Amino acid sequence: MAEARAALDLQLSTPPDLIRRRRIGRVFELVCLVTAVGGVAVLAVLLADVIVDGAGWLNRTFFTRPPSRIPTRAGILPALAGTIWLMSLVALISFPLGVAAAVYLEEYAQKGWLQTIIQTNIANLAGVPSIVYGILGLAVFVRWMGGLTGGRSVLSGALTISLLILPVLIIAAQEAIRAVPNSIRDASYGLGATKWQTVRHHVLPNALPGILTGTILALSRAIGETAPLIMIGALTFIAFTPDGPRDAFTVLPIQIFNWASRPQDDFRHLAAAAIIVLLVLLLSMNALAIWLRNRYQKEW
Amino acid sequence: MATIRVTAGGDAALETRDVSVFYGSNEAIKQVSFEIPRNKVVALIGPSGCGKSTLLRCFNRMNDLVPSARVTGKILFQGEDLYANHVDPVEVRRRIGMVFQKPNPFPKSIYDNVAFGPRINGTGGNIDAIVEQSLQQAALWDEVKDRLGHSALELSGGQQQRLCIARALAVTPEILLMDEPASALDPIATAKIEELIHQLVADYTIVIVTHNMQQAARVSDYTAYLYLGELIEYNDTNTIFTAPTEKHTEDYVTGRFG
Amino acid sequence: MNPSPVSASVLGAVSSRTARERFVRVVVTAAGGVSILTTIGIVVVLVWESVGFFRRVSPVEFLTGTEWTPLFQPQHFGVLPLLAGSILVAVIAALIAIPLGLGSAIYLSEYAPRRVRAVIKPTLEVLAGIPTVVYGYFALTFITPLLRHFIPGLGIFNALAAGLVVGVMVLPLIASLSEDAMFAVPRELRQGGYALGGTKFEVATRVVTPAALSGIVASFILAISRAIGETMAVVLAAGMTPNLTFDPRQSIQTMTAYIVQVSLGDTPFGSIEYQSIFAVGLLLFMVTLAMNVFGRWFLRRYREEYA
Repeated sequence: MAEARAALDLQLSTPPDLIRRRRIGRVFELVCLVTAVGGVAVLAVLLADVIVDGAGWLNRTFFTRPPSRIPTRAGILPALAGTIWLMSLVALISFPLGVAAAVYLEEYAQKGWLQTIIQTNIANLAGVPSIVYGILGLAVFVRWMGGLTGGRSVLSGALTISLLILPVLIIAAQEAIRAVPNSIRDASYGLGATKWQTVRHHVLPNALPGILTGTILALSRAIGETAPLIMIGALTFIAFTPDGPRDAFTVLPIQIFNWASRPQDDFRHLAAAAIIVLLVLLLSMNALAIWLRNRYQKEW
Repeated sequence: MATIRVTAGGDAALETRDVSVFYGSNEAIKQVSFEIPRNKVVALIGPSGCGKSTLLRCFNRMNDLVPSARVTGKILFQGEDLYANHVDPVEVRRRIGMVFQKPNPFPKSIYDNVAFGPRINGTGGNIDAIVEQSLQQAALWDEVKDRLGHSALELSGGQQQRLCIARALAVTPEILLMDEPASALDPIATAKIEELIHQLVADYTIVIVTHNMQQAARVSDYTAYLYLGELIEYNDTNTIFTAPTEKHTEDYVTGRFG
Repeated sequence: MNPSPVSASVLGAVSSRTARERFVRVVVTAAGGVSILTTIGIVVVLVWESVGFFRRVSPVEFLTGTEWTPLFQPQHFGVLPLLAGSILVAVIAALIAIPLGLGSAIYLSEYAPRRVRAVIKPTLEVLAGIPTVVYGYFALTFITPLLRHFIPGLGIFNALAAGLVVGVMVLPLIASLSEDAMFAVPRELRQGGYALGGTKFEVATRVVTPAALSGIVASFILAISRAIGETMAVVLAAGMTPNLTFDPRQSIQTMTAYIVQVSLGDTPFGSIEYQSIFAVGLLLFMVTLAMNVFGRWFLRRYREEYA
């Protein structure tokens, strides 16, 4: 009996083919880890490259002067001002428009073919290349409505970019609104409130953190947009800051493009420095969005 | 306290000795000891939450997949403790198969579902023959032999569950664990599964968890009654249902509580 | 109890409230309609000017011609070099993004411990958010010089560097959509795989990944579509030379880069060069739209399987 037992011993331990299978599995896991870390590595290298190239050029001149043929005297003032102007206008235009559209789709629209068409349409628009929006903006806002918008102005740019980020914003706002439980709506209606009262006093306030997060993320996409703005005529060499929405303008990404296209080394440094500024703005917005999401995340 | 009446007379397929299962600090199974005789059907019954599924999952080390689970005690399979250090859980699962409550065929063809186990285990040989044999054993061959390439998801619920049984049989386990295999099925499909159990027990040892007492009475040779993680009584099925020793058991099987 | 306008019936509607409700409804409906207007606008604008273009250039020459020189004399309007450029960049991008993205997704979904996940996931999101000009800069000033050490004949502007950075740009998309698809695979399926004696590797590759295949393929399609629509990174890294070639070491021009190139110059409205923007834009729009629709159809299929 004892010998039989001993013979059976280690019967359930790993048989040889299983050892081989497990080894394959470990190699595979390593490969996948490498790919996952690969992305992180690229990001690290990119950031390091940019910082090394540009950090030394972030001085006072850089922030207070317009671009110049002489690199040591060049700065991002008009580009930075243009970016701030543009983002402010875009926020002003796209936020109410996007939230209203999301409210329509979630609260007012009849669930039927029309709603499906609009929904699908928005999903499609989210995937349209940004340059196509530039073409649209060129034809509509610069040419057709040129009298109103001032042609190649920061307003035209803002309208174009607003259309660009609208689908993304609407989808995010819809999700935030959908996350508000129906029990709250039922309670409100049950007390005799109208649809708008319910939306205004219950749905929107509860959905607001999610909506804001989505808006900030959409805006952080907008801040890096270049091609559509080139199309509507944001100038690549501009020495003044906009005074009003109908003025000509340029933005940081275009300034970066401009400098990066030049062969001289010094302009490369300027481009890198401007990239640092852009990335700082971008990462701040992302951090703000994430902080908002974490702080106000409601557990229903 | 616990009245364990059945021993396998040395021919136990599985033997548990003081097995406890902890989820974190919660003791879900408390010092359970009993033997499961070879080529018999043993039913685990008890009200919801009594731990019968948890206990079942100890037998093929599926609890390993739950991070907070901890198993103490011994579970002897052919004299070897399933939880000994040298034991590979993957090998255990090849020897001790499982069928789940909700049929879970892979979204692949019927053939590929049954062939999955043999293929990954590298049991060379004729996969076609293995597939046919397993489907025959699961009483499904005649119904699907002309459409082995079709998706398994086309089958009805009852057929899918028999497919899962065939799939489990394809790796030639010695013990088959069934976690409420018919609870998601209609009465006709349920009857087919129960009939299948009667046929399979000639070649396999079957442990079945069920919340349906009539089913336990119909299919099993021995029944273990668990309550809140403790093994209250374990005896041949007839005795458990007609003349239980513990009052607790009697209350449960007569439906005084559920 | 403040006096409020009440109609004759006690249960009747309060007229001021109704007016406000109607107003709100009109406003939000109009907002919902803006998206439809946008699409109509895009289609109308593209088609209108393209019609003008195609009155002067035959569609056959456009779609089959192999030389694209609208800005030089003699003018040729064969769009194939631009199309080839876009495809070349997209293919190289896919060769990077698909393995890295899918591998990351499998790792995050099946293997990663929580702390590692908490680092990698946000990093991928940041990667996706970096503006395209920054990638273009990186390709031009870091990647191309680096590659030139290893690859003889690599031009200063080349499709390879552009494809590489575009690949990095879209790999987070593949990673996150594929991970979602794998996450949606029900637990029972995984358990079934383990219960049959599968190792973690086998369950991950032979149960979970096949089950999530629709979602994974959808992510590939959507990523390639985005790669085709990419502009500034390609402009900076690959240059502006229309070139019908599949040699990644050469400078090429994509459809998007051409459109930018024309806008950077002074092109008179109504000229054929101006109109060519819209023709190329229309082609770009149709290609990406077709891919997006196809990709999203695939996405719906996997959602339906586990509804």
